[in-house]
Amino acid sequence: MNIKVRYFASMRDRMGRAEETVTVDREGITVEELWRRVAGGQEMPPNLLIAVNMEYTDASRQLKSGDEVAFFPPVTGG
Amino acid sequence: MDDRQLQRYSRHLLLPEVGPEGQERLLAARVLLVGAGGLGSPAALYLAASGVGELRIADPDRVELENLQRQIAHGTADLGRSKARSAAESARALNPEVQVQALAERAEGARLAAWAAEVDLVLDASDNFPTRYALNEACLAAGRPLVSGAVAGWRGQVAVFTPGRGGCYRCLYPQEEAAEEATCAAQGVLSPAAGTVGCLMAVEALKVLLGLETALRGKLLQADLLAQRWRVARIRQDPACPCAGRWRAREDSNL
Ligand SMILES: [Zn+2]
Repeated sequence: MNIKVRYFASMRDRMGRAEETVTVDREGITVEELWRRVAGGQEMPPNLLIAVNMEYTDASRQLKSGDEVAFFPPVTGG
Repeated sequence: MDDRQLQRYSRHLLLPEVGPEGQERLLAARVLLVGAGGLGSPAALYLAASGVGELRIADPDRVELENLQRQIAHGTADLGRSKARSAAESARALNPEVQVQALAERAEGARLAAWAAEVDLVLDASDNFPTRYALNEACLAAGRPLVSGAVAGWRGQVAVFTPGRGGCYRCLYPQEEAAEEATCAAQGVLSPAAGTVGCLMAVEALKVLLGLETALRGKLLQADLLAQRWRVARIRQDPACPCAGRWRAREDSNL
């Protein structure tokens, strides 16, 4: 199945790309598993905002084909 | 409202969503604004000009030269002064009818709990995770709506958290202990990006005070002002978050 992944702000710089389509061989992969895969096994940064199909969710969310996953770094400036 | 107030607020009175009744609500409202920096400056000025009855501005810091690029409630003559006092003075100059109080102390602990209990609504215009979690906690305990804004670089975000209606700030950012964050000091900030977010916070605060529905209740607006891409997405209430079942609805309020 295919999952569209988008990286925002400093996540884009960190990943070196703004978006990509990831092909995985099974349904039900979690966001965390997807992250490890796209980030070469790195831990997910704390308080990373995750949106699946425009709804914020946590890293245990299971994905299905056609989902769009977006990663946003936390912003606290004032 | 007297004749001068009818004139001062006439452009609000013309709006069907505000009108005389709504303006009276604003004139009777008490608001706590935490942070008198890039977001708090425009929020303070617009809330004061709008005729919010009581505005309490909290900030423990002093005005420094690098603040003036965006923190428009302070002028060059205010360098070294308390940000809370400087912003309060600017707000009073815009609208002397507003009761403006400067709180030149850090928003934390029992002091913050007391501040939150005394107002109708809290705006989080602070610049760090510890203050943001403390404000969330104080608003949960007191049952007060919280308008939260943040900015860094060209990007900003705004959310509205209301008692009993969806998640809280911690549902959005659950990892209090491990905070790696995008701040203005670390990555810079475009001056009017802070202004944009501060103004959006004032808009949302007025809507809550007026009893109007807002599309941002329980949602997060993220704006990328470089690409002009704006997205709104729903914040999921985290069943593991301490906020679940903890919002105390306020008996004397229908906000
Ligand atoms: Zn929560």
